[in-house]
Parts: sequence; structure tokens; C-alpha cells
Amino acid sequence: MKFSYFPGCTLKNKAKDLDRYALRCAEALGVTLEEIENWQCCGGVFTTAKDEIATKLSSVRILKAAKDKEQPLVTVCSACHNVVKQTNHAILTDKEFSDKVNRYMADDGRYDGSTEVYHYLEMLRDLVGFDALREKVKSPLSGKKIAAYYGCLLLRPGSVMKMDDPENPSIMEDMIRAIGAEPVIFANRNECCGGYVVMESPSLAEKKSGDIVRNAKVQGADMIVTACPLCRYNLMKNGADIPVIYFTELLAEALGVKEDTNE
Amino acid sequence: MNKKYLRDDIIRMSGVNPKKCMRCGKCSGTCPAYDEMEYHPHQFVSMVENGDIEPLLSSDSLYRCLTCFACAERCPRGVEPAKLIEAVRLTAIRRQGANRLTPSDIPAMLDEDIPQQALVSAFRKYTK
Ligand code: SF4
Ligand code: SF4
Repeated sequence: MKFSYFPGCTLKNKAKDLDRYALRCAEALGVTLEEIENWQCCGGVFTTAKDEIATKLSSVRILKAAKDKEQPLVTVCSACHNVVKQTNHAILTDKEFSDKVNRYMADDGRYDGSTEVYHYLEMLRDLVGFDALREKVKSPLSGKKIAAYYGCLLLRPGSVMKMDDPENPSIMEDMIRAIGAEPVIFANRNECCGGYVVMESPSLAEKKSGDIVRNAKVQGADMIVTACPLCRYNLMKNGADIPVIYFTELLAEALGVKEDTNE
Repeated sequence: MNKKYLRDDIIRMSGVNPKKCMRCGKCSGTCPAYDEMEYHPHQFVSMVENGDIEPLLSSDSLYRCLTCFACAERCPRGVEPAKLIEAVRLTAIRRQGANRLTPSDIPAMLDEDIPQQALVSAFRKYTK
């Protein structure tokens, strides 16, 4: 299986583990992820205003690059996934927006919204399959109680993201089961960590992330996994005394491809 | 700016129809930023509907919204208050000299772990 891959800015900097383990695990699962060339940052958050055009062009160019290679696009960062998927949806459903965007694309040719966008977790579930994943596990994480923290970006808006039930998701728990560990369900696993508002109001992030960590621990979690660098940062800064790691790192451990590195 | 023009512009930009709101307050009940807001999501909806926009434009509430889409997902009438808040916020920061965040503010906010994602997202939300 071969897909186009968009890592995004943070995965080349503060969240190298999210990227590195995603690539190693893909290889172990027989998936080739080809990084899009010359990609630009998605901007981190999707701007819902209909008259915002320029801020969405980097996503359109990423989608178009995958289309040119006739490959589905795989993302791994929750924020990148949200921005790219919402942009694709806007192109498919809003003709005026699509026309305006395509005026900037004249030299490269039109983009019509036809690229299929998968988050890495969806790739595991829908293309690789959790059963196939289970068979590739080298060191099952038995006995570990792991809380999957979704946050907001992977799931909402539910009608656009279409990853899972936005109020009662199970994709990460199913992955955790497939690698032999025990998922821990907790109350605010799909509530916001405080996001970028940490720049304005660290106290808001402290309250939201603190609650998330507390609830996960009350339910017996030894560890929290996430797909989002900003969620991880907010949880770690605000009271997490259990490990908060990327789901790709957990997967790498189970697949036996997590070597020690110096970075 | 003309009050009606401002109202219509915000409605057009957001694609939201505030008239669909039945004032149940569920959006505000589920909003994680509620405690930090002077005007809450359901108030944004009714104030925009009434053209009462100037107080919203100068309120810090605009910069507390996390764009988490909880209000949009859970509104029983499909109003999507988050999109309205976004349109009001853009109207505010598109005004000359009204950027909420400038590059010179950044160094004081940094620590060695902060992800690039936080900076680019804050710039997208707070600066034009
Ligand atoms: S949840 Fe929807 S209908 Fe209820 S007050 Fe908020 S916007 Fe109005
Ligand atoms: S999108 Fe903004 S207003 Fe809506 S629930 Fe989230 S923080 Fe509150």
C-alpha cells in the first residue's frame, strides 16, 4: 500500500516522535508513506469564515499534490488532519469557495476535492485493519491501562470529520486492544485541552487539561495517548504525572520498532 | 460602520442563520471557555441577530473561544455558534492596527517545549 503523507510543521520540530514512529510503524505494517514535496504549514486551525481564501491555500496544494499522484492522503497530527479535511469538504460543498480557491491554482490546474483524506488511525482501521495489526504485534502491551485522549480536532465537526462517533468514539480504544493493552474510558476524553488559548490564558489550559488528567487517573490509567502535539503539551504542563505519549510511539513499542534514539 | 451592514456581513461570512436558535443555552452549557467569557456562545447568537455587535467586537470573549466545535456539534438546531464567533473575531482583527498578537509578543510566551502548532494557531486566530 502506498499513500501520500503530510506530516506538518510541528512533526518536523517539537513533535518528531509523532512523525518518526508513524513512519517506522507504517514500514512494519507494509505501508509506504511518501511525503508530499515542498509542503507548507496548514496553519494549525481551520478558519470557518467563507471569505477566508488565502489561509486555506496551503491545504489545497497538499490535497492537489496527492491527487496528482493518484494517492489517498494520510495525515497524523490531529490539527493538520482537521484543517486539511475541512478544507477538502469546503471545496466539495461550497462552489463559490471552490471557484475562488481555484483562481489561485490556475497555473497548477484545478483541484476538485477528490482526494481521499485518512488520518493515520483511520488508515490503521480501514486500510490495514486492526486484525492485521494484531497479527503484527511483537510485544503485546498486556496489563497496561491506557487512556486515549481524543480532544476536539479529530472528531469535530462530526459531519465533516466522519472519523468516529464524536460523542462516543472507539477508534483509539480499538487500536489499544489490538496491541494487547486495556483501554480506559474517561469522562472528558473528547473535550478541549485549552488549545492555542494557552498563549492568551494559561489558566484556562490549566483548568481544562488538569481535569482531563485527573479524570483519566481516577479511571485507573497508567498512561495517556494522543495524536496532537498541542494536547500533549497542555496535558504535560498541567499536572500529568503519568506519561503522555503519541499513539504512534505506543504502536512502535508493540510492533517492536521503537529503538532508542538521541533526539 | 452601519449596524445592519455589519450584521449582514457577519451572517454572510459565517454562513450561520441565527434565527434558527431556540435559546436553549446548550451551546453555553457545553462551552469549555464559558467561565472566561463575558459574552457566552448563546449570547453571541442573539446579539448578532439583533445587530448588537459593537460590544462583541471589543470583548475579550472573542479570544477565549477555543474553536473546539463543542457548541456546533451539540446545538440541537444546527446553529453552529463557533462560526459566528469566528466571523465577529475576524471582523475585529481585520480592522487596521487591531491585531491581538504581534511577533514581538512571542518571545515572552515561549518555553522550550511549546509546539510550533501553538504559535501558528494563535497567529491564525489573533492576527491578520
Ligand atoms: S445550542 Fe443552538 S439553539 Fe441552543 S442556544 Fe445555542 S445556538 Fe441556540
Ligand atoms: S467553539 Fe468556542 S464557543 Fe464553541 S464551545 Fe468551543 S470554546 Fe465555546
